Amino acid sequence: MSIGLHNSDIPNPVLRWIDQRMPVFTMMQKEYGSFPTPRNFNYFWNFGALAMVNLVIMIATGVFLAMHYTPHTSMAFDSVERIMRDVNYGWLLRYVHANGASMFFIVVYVHIWRGMYYGSYKAPRELLWMLGVVIFLLMMATAFMGYVLPWGQMSFWGATVITNLFSAFPVVGEWIVQLLWGGFSVDNPTLNRFFALHYLLPFVIVGVVFLHVVALHITGSNNPLGIEPKGPQDTLPFHPYYTAKDSFGLVIYFIVFAVLVFFAPNYLGHPDNYIPANPLVTPAHIVPEWYFLPFYAILRAVPDKLGGVLLMFGSIAVLFVLPWLDGSPVRSMRFRPIARIAFLLWTVAFFVLLYCGGKPAEEPYVTISRIAAAYYFAYFLVILPLLARLEKPLPLPESIARAVLGGGPLPGGAAAKPMEKA
Amino acid sequence: MFRTTLKALAVLGSLVAFAPAPASAAGETIHIPDTRFSFDGIFGTYDRASAQRGFQIYKEVCANCHAMHLLSYRNLRALGLTEAQVAAIAATVQIQDGPNDEGQMFERPGRPSDRFRSPFPNPQAARAANNGALPPDLSVIAKAREGGADYLYALLTGYGDPPAGVTVMEGMNYNRYFPGHQIAMAPPLSAGQVEFADGTQSTLENMSRDVATFLQWAAEPELEERRAMGIKIILFLTVLAGLAYAVKRKIWANAH
Ligand code: HEC
Ligand code: HEM
Repeated sequence: MSIGLHNSDIPNPVLRWIDQRMPVFTMMQKEYGSFPTPRNFNYFWNFGALAMVNLVIMIATGVFLAMHYTPHTSMAFDSVERIMRDVNYGWLLRYVHANGASMFFIVVYVHIWRGMYYGSYKAPRELLWMLGVVIFLLMMATAFMGYVLPWGQMSFWGATVITNLFSAFPVVGEWIVQLLWGGFSVDNPTLNRFFALHYLLPFVIVGVVFLHVVALHITGSNNPLGIEPKGPQDTLPFHPYYTAKDSFGLVIYFIVFAVLVFFAPNYLGHPDNYIPANPLVTPAHIVPEWYFLPFYAILRAVPDKLGGVLLMFGSIAVLFVLPWLDGSPVRSMRFRPIARIAFLLWTVAFFVLLYCGGKPAEEPYVTISRIAAAYYFAYFLVILPLLARLEKPLPLPESIARAVLGGGPLPGGAAAKPMEKA
Repeated sequence: MFRTTLKALAVLGSLVAFAPAPASAAGETIHIPDTRFSFDGIFGTYDRASAQRGFQIYKEVCANCHAMHLLSYRNLRALGLTEAQVAAIAATVQIQDGPNDEGQMFERPGRPSDRFRSPFPNPQAARAANNGALPPDLSVIAKAREGGADYLYALLTGYGDPPAGVTVMEGMNYNRYFPGHQIAMAPPLSAGQVEFADGTQSTLENMSRDVATFLQWAAEPELEERRAMGIKIILFLTVLAGLAYAVKRKIWANAH
């Protein structure tokens, strides 16, 4: 590439003038206009766009909440209620933000599930996948600290329990906990730093999302068949095909979101968080928000504190190495009859853990959590590596176009029928 | 087939996972009966007359012990009280203000912009006056208890003699619905305690329903506006979904 003005073909003269000096319009056209996209996406491929919209919603509502919120232990709770009562549409801002966090996790869980089912983590998309896991971790940190801000009973006790986990680490544990607390217990310095970090991390997420998309646009998208497009007959330009499809998905997502915000704004929350934080009164059951429950269940399934903490972090760390645990060259589970069942069982285990995480740490929930946690790890560490050698995959279709546009039997039976016409 | 199983699985999973956990204490699950309220359901609204009576009960009974410091007298306008009525109610309390130009704190009659005056200056004073028990602030109590208004109604009507074999500690009262069944609050309501201007009988059930309605409104004053907006937005989105789907079909018509 030589130095000089970019050769732009944007028709509008003003935009062209900008584009010649800074070709962002050419880039948008290339990456979101004509970008060649496999023609056989099903609706699971909407969820990346939904996550992006959700992130923007969180930042937009969060910035306005922050204008009215007071990060001080003696005022935080009342300032949130003041937002609900006295700020114009403050109740809307807050309920969108609080339920937006839940929506974000629903969307991202489906997005991750999609990646696992269709093998999107496999070569050449390993880095793309790992950046996704980084986003997931950052989201968890952000949501955890956000939940502390209203300074209710669950805010305080959730923060106490979770930060205390770090004390399980030998040598550095105590030091980390004091660093998180800014003192010797969860108190005003904790609230202050959590607010600062809660404001910061979403913008870090924006940065990692950008890298995630850069990586995506190098490898291109995976698709429900898990085979690479072989030529133009296998792809469609992103616009208007997928802009139209994503728009429809987006409206459905907004409907679900609206039902939560307008008719059940506190359904996914915990009533105890409307009791102001009180360090002297411990709630009967301390439960984190629903989206942390599977990991909470894994934590509590282990009788040893350090073991529990390691296993909990391990349950996410294992996702980082998933591309190397699953050696099978076949991506989509549609062509892996045994792995598909193993993965569906993994999904069941995930829901079981979610359920048990919300129950008190007593029988039978502890035993059930142990079985589910064992399967959670076995799937990654034993079943996938073994299946890569032992499983005989079904024959792959010749090309996407052939599978979608007919001409030969549809591979994988009825399940391979794309959802477009649904 | 496989896809349907998958969907059924997801729906089932989420239903099981999010089924609201019943209130439980010491391992025992207390069933809170469902009470009919005017604000039930997605089209429900606050019964203004009931909420006004509920406020009267709060003012005459509960306010002796319980603060509601998140509410201002001006908020009562939303219950249908006139400006003059609100000003008159506010003026019945003395509010500490100041310091004045001489640096002195002073008392003055309340104004509509004042927050509800709290019965005690601090939690310690509240405990001292209540045998060591702390009457919680009631501003958001309807959001802060599993069961919400149903629980409040059940609590207020749930006093009675303990079952055989259960001894109640000194200064405590037996209540069927309070977690653990021993509550430091003596039965606050009894029939005939309050006289309503609109002629409503002050039975225990009526009063409990009225005060629960008032407390629900206090906790969620935005409820009616929220639901009205929600219905409009969801109708709009449903139409938009239809349009978006039609556009998508048209664009994809020749692509597969
Ligand atoms: C004489 C003082 C007093 C009066 C009057 C009073 N309360 Fe209470 N209330 C208390 C005390 C003390 C507690 C704390 C009880 C405990 O924790 O055991 C309490 C607790 C409560 C609770 C919380 C129960 C829970 O689930 O934790 C509610 C709700 C309540 N009162 C409602 C009312 C209402 C409504 C009225 C008026 C009709 C009222 N109270 C009148 C003293 C009072
Ligand atoms: C990744 C994006 C984000 C997530 C997942 C997230 C999550 C959360 C959660 C779970 C809460 C607690 C809600 C409640 O129960 O009240 C919260 C509160 C809050 N957040 Fe965020 N947030 C995000 C972005 C932001 C941003 C960018 C800002 C500010 C610029 C912000 C400002 C606030 C404030 C002020 C509160 C306290 C008010 C309240 O509790 O409603 N958030 N956040």
